This record gives sequence, C-alpha cells and structure tokens, in this order.
Amino acid sequence: MLDSTMFRVTSSPHIRSGETTQRVMLDVIIALMPALFAGVFYFGMNVIMVTLVAIVSAVGAEIAMQKVMKRPVTINDLSAVVTGLLLAFNVPSTAPWWLVAIGSIFAIAIVKHCFGGLGHNFMNPALAARAMLLASWPVRMTSSAFLAPGVDAVSAATPLALLKEGVAGQALPSIWNMFIGNIGGCIGETSALALLIGGLYLIYRGVISIRIPLVYIGTVGILAFIIGGFSPYYAVYHILAGGLFLGAFFMATDYASSPMTAKGQIAMGIGAGILTVLIRFFGAYPEGVSYSILLMNVATPLIDRYTMPKKFGEVKKSA
Amino acid sequence: MNIRTLSFKGGAHPPHSKEATEKSAIIKAKSPNVVVIPMQQHIGAPCEPIVKIGDEVKVGQKIGEPKGFVSSPIHSSISGKVMAVEPRLYSGGTKVNCVVIENDMKDTRLDTIIPKGNLQDLSSEQIKEIIKEAGIVGMGGATFPTHVKLALPPGKKVDTVILNGAECEPYLTSDHRLMLENPEAVVFGLKALMKALNVNKGFIGIETNKPDALEAVYNAAKNEEGIEVVALKTKYPQGAEKQLINACTGREVPSGGLPADVGVVVNNVGTAAAVADAIMIGMPLVQRIVTVTGKGIKNPKNLLVKIGTSFREVINECGGFSENVGKVIAGGPMMGIAQFSIDIPVIKGTSGILVLTEDDAKLPEPSNCIRCGKCVTVCPINLMPLHISNYSLLDKFDQAEEVNAMDCIECGSCSFVCPAKRPLVDSIRVAKREILAKRKKAQSK
Repeated sequence: MLDSTMFRVTSSPHIRSGETTQRVMLDVIIALMPALFAGVFYFGMNVIMVTLVAIVSAVGAEIAMQKVMKRPVTINDLSAVVTGLLLAFNVPSTAPWWLVAIGSIFAIAIVKHCFGGLGHNFMNPALAARAMLLASWPVRMTSSAFLAPGVDAVSAATPLALLKEGVAGQALPSIWNMFIGNIGGCIGETSALALLIGGLYLIYRGVISIRIPLVYIGTVGILAFIIGGFSPYYAVYHILAGGLFLGAFFMATDYASSPMTAKGQIAMGIGAGILTVLIRFFGAYPEGVSYSILLMNVATPLIDRYTMPKKFGEVKKSA
Repeated sequence: MNIRTLSFKGGAHPPHSKEATEKSAIIKAKSPNVVVIPMQQHIGAPCEPIVKIGDEVKVGQKIGEPKGFVSSPIHSSISGKVMAVEPRLYSGGTKVNCVVIENDMKDTRLDTIIPKGNLQDLSSEQIKEIIKEAGIVGMGGATFPTHVKLALPPGKKVDTVILNGAECEPYLTSDHRLMLENPEAVVFGLKALMKALNVNKGFIGIETNKPDALEAVYNAAKNEEGIEVVALKTKYPQGAEKQLINACTGREVPSGGLPADVGVVVNNVGTAAAVADAIMIGMPLVQRIVTVTGKGIKNPKNLLVKIGTSFREVINECGGFSENVGKVIAGGPMMGIAQFSIDIPVIKGTSGILVLTEDDAKLPEPSNCIRCGKCVTVCPINLMPLHISNYSLLDKFDQAEEVNAMDCIECGSCSFVCPAKRPLVDSIRVAKREILAKRKKAQSK
C-alpha cells in the first residue's frame, strides 16, 4: 500500500477518446486511395511520380517552415501528406516535377504556415496552390496538358472544355466513362466512382458529414438541369464532370476552411453549387469547382458566425 | 415490458467500463475503527458541530446542525466516542470542520429511530420534514439538499418528478445495483417525493445498458399509478438534469433556469432510496453505496459504506491497489474529482472511488485545433466549445460570455471527443470563474 504518496491531480474528464488528428488524416489518406489507383490505371505510372513529388515536397516544406518558425515539427499528424496528395490530384499527369513541387511548397509554406499552421488556413491549401499554378502556368495546367486515358499519350480535353468550346474530332464522353473516370482531366478528379467510394468511407468513419457533398452536388445537378433546358442528361453530365466529386467530398469539407455547424455546412454546399454553375455556364473558364470552393472558404467565418446553433434552453430576449 | 426508449440531442459515447462491478452484489463494508465526518457534505452552508470531544454518540444521532436555509443536518454513522472536532482534508480538496468518532463496534442505534408510519397517513409537510431531518441530499454527486428542492418558491408549480437512474458515468454501478437489488425502495421513495410535491406523474429513467435494472424497476412499479419507467439511450451525459428532463418530457429548462421552471423536480434513484429508508426505518442518511473500481483496484466491489470511512480503508477492503496508481478519483471519470490523498472520508456524494492506472490516466499532449466540429456535435447544450475555449485561452472572457460560456454544464463530452486533445472544458471552467468574479465585482460596486 502506498503510504504518503501524493497522487496526480487534474481536472475532469479523466479519460479521452481514441480519436486523434493523425487518425482523422489517415482516414482521409485511405479514402483517397481508390482515386489514386484510378489515376494510375488511366494515366499511367507518371501519376506515382507526380504524387510522390507532391507529398515529399509538402512534408519537406512543413519541416522547413516549422524549423524556421521554431515550432514543434508535427509531420506525424499526416496533414501535410493529405495536402500533398490532394495537390497531386489537382494537376495533370503530364505536370513536370518542379511544377508539382512549387505547388506543394506554396500550399504548405504560404497558405498553411503563414496563417498559423494546421487548422488556421483560411483556404484549402491544395486548392489555393492549384489556383496559383493555373494562373502562373496556364498551358501546363489546362487543355493540351490533359491526356486521354490509355497508353497512347494523346492529349484530350476535359468533358467541360468539350462542352464549352468543342474540339474538332472529339465527341462528348459517355456518362458511363465519366462515372468510372475514363476521360481526360487531372490525376485524381476523373473517376467519380473511386471518389464516391472514398467519400462514403469518410462519412462511415464519421470524419465528414454528408451535408456539404450532398447539398453541393445536388445544387449543381438541379441548376444544370434547369439551365440546361430540363435535360436529365445535362444534369448528370455536369455532376460527373470537372472534378465535382473530388471537390465536394474532399476539398469543400476541409475542416479549417469550411463551416462547422449543420446549417453552415448546408449554406456552404448551396453557395459552392451556385458559384460552380455560374462559372461553368457564364464564366470564361470551363471548370468552376476550385474557384467556387475557394470563394466559399473566404466566406466561412461569416457563415459560421450567422449559423451559430441555438443553445439549449435559449429564451427569447424580450425587446 | 412496454417501455419507451428516449434520449436527447448531442452527447458522446465513452466506453462503459462497468464490467468489473455490474454483476457484483452490494456488500456491507467493514465497520471502520474511526470515522471522520465532515460538517459540509452538501451544497450550501456548513453545519455547526453539536457534539464535543468525549461525548458518546449513537448511530443516527445528529452531530451537525445546519446553519442557513440551503443546508442539511449531519448524523453519526456509528456509535462511539467523539475524539476530535477539527478541520480535516476532504474530497473537495480543502480542509473542513470534521467530527472524528472512535467506533465502539456496538452499533447502538438511537431510540428515536423508528418507522415513521404509512405513506398514506403522512402529509406532504410531514414527508418534507422527515427528508429534511434525515439529512438527505442529492446522492448522484451534486449533493444539493433534497428538502430545499422540494420547497418550491411561491408561484412555481410542479407536475412531474423524475428519478435519475441513468448512471451515465462510466465505471460506476452503485445506482445500477441499487435498482436491481432494491427496486421497491426506489419506487417507494418516488411515491413519497410525489406525495411531498402533490404531483401525479413520476418517471424513472434508466439507460439501456442496464436491462436487468430496467426490468426489476419496471416490475416493482407496474402496479403504481402515474409512474412510468422509461429506457434512456446509453449516451453521455444522459443523466445530466436538463438532458434527462428533455428526454422524459420533451421540455427544455430555460438557460439559467431551474427544473421547477418547467414543472419538474429531478432526484437520483439513490436519493429516493434514502427517502425510503428515512420513512420506513426512520434512519437518517448515514451510509451509501460506493462503487470501488478501476484497473488500479485489486478486487473491484460495490460496497455499502458508513459515511466518514476513509478512502484508504475502503480501498484496502477491495484488496488494495493492484499496480502503478495513476489517479484516484472521487466519482466517475467524466466529472469526478481527482484526489491527491486517500486519507479522506467517504461522504454523502461519493458515488464511486475510481483508481486509474498510470496507463489509463495518461493524458495526451494537446495539439492545434483542426476545427473538425466534433465538440459542437456532442455538446448537449448546443454550444461551440472550441470558440469559448479559444477566447478563454486568450483571456477574452467578455467574448467567452457572449458565446454562452455560462451555459456550459461541464460534462466534459467535448474534451473527451477532441481528436486534437484540446483542454476544452478546463479552459471553459476558467472562463466561467472569471465571468462570475466579474459579475460579483459589478454587483458590489
């Protein structure tokens, strides 16, 4: 029997759940694997190269920034790996290694760490980096950079570019090919099926709620249906095109830059959906997912403020 | 059995950890050689000791006289001789005035401890008086004097009494065993409380992870008019007063208000059993069931312990510590209070003694909030714990108040689920204290 020991004292609760940041990030990585396999399957081994460069430079940038800022190095939480993966998913498989590295470093060093690190980035780092790359190296990030799936390495426009501009000799892809990902596009955005599997896994694991993806995809579908002259084909085409599944399940749900409340998440989904359709139909640029999410990211603090949940037992303030 | 299953919105799912003791029948603990009985075992004003060194006392004899309206008398749990009246350490973490009694092992009862008669012959006022004189307080751990709860302010009308048998704290099984082994006392206590308040509707809420207790209480109450036994979804904090009322009646206690504001009085099942003892036997509250458990205890047990017995003796009776002791907690792991010493007495509110091993007690290092929103999802009061916590950590207590810091019930669900292991409820507690201090200051100006 311990005699005069003083036992340790802390305030309650004295137990914690097994949930950790690392586990959350690991779940996201697992959920991204089907889409990575689809990318390798359709666009070849170069995808692995691009993905590795993206991850290594993201993790490297995190170490460097944390050393410079004299903060503890937290690469074990795997968040930099997630950012690297997502960036790789957002570039064409033909992207040169330096382009990918610049994207990753920008995402981690500027968008994440200059604003306070994990949880403080006001935009999705991978998406912000994609926007930067697109503005700086448009040729390497658009049309001619996209390959048609298969071994021939001919370039292929994305379904939305085809729809908007039309390319001689290229017909619109079938809905089935768009669903399984047998179309031109960025590495991780083409296979709606693979992304859906990953997204459902995240919902099953409780990492994300279904609200943002469901409302986002639903809004795009409904608006495309109406604007497209009440054509179900048009609605489905828009849902499966342009990386909407990647954006809806994996980018718009980024914790740090999306609303936390149920109402706020619905607002995020509707807002991003409307913006996506506006850009696709009326903008100069065929794809609208990344910019619409970035715009909603910026609106997130405001959305959070106006959607604070009603507290239990709230009494109406008498005026 | 025709039982409704009810619940509330939000909440967390900590592991139950009740396996060690849920099947162990309640055992009478050895009578201790010495008891140390604090003069404050309740919320409210402390009692004045009315015995002095050398006095002979008997079981059930009043030794502390309440001072003030919100207070409750204290009785001796053994017969013997008063050795000291002095400040001693207790589970609140400070020293309070205690009466120390040496046991003569004769267990002589006071002559006046006799049954108080049939329930139907007792008036509402008589029942309240019996409860007051028996020193009964909320035995779920909050220890609010029960007779004060029953004394409604003028203008308040109550139509429902709810007995709390949720026992949503992990590890604890004292209420579970009580309901299983003595459901009649629980139901009798509820009937007495209903009569005291002149109400016709009573609920007994029990979490679904105690099907045997549900059945026992259901059978004991099935012929009683106006009493409904309800199953509660196993979820923490199902036994929190406001959440329990919401689950049973659908009513929402207004922010800053009391259960009586929505016509409800809530009591723990242990409190009801104590009321039954006070009426049927005439015995004041001098003992209670304590779950002694955790991996740090060799033989976990549910013990019926005399108030004033030291934690050390109770732990010894359970075979002592088993391995490296990490933490000793009075109460459960979610809201219990960690103790630095085991030389403190069991009091009316000690529902459990939980001993965690070094491994169990290890708290992970906090890291950056990732804004996952899990704390928002689990908060039973619909608060945004991360915001309150952030303001508190920045010393911005006015802003913490604006985001409803004062409504926090400190259940700890947010800290429990947080993947980044943030000290959420700790920092919210700090904010509440600062806000209260500021309000007090403003008042005194």
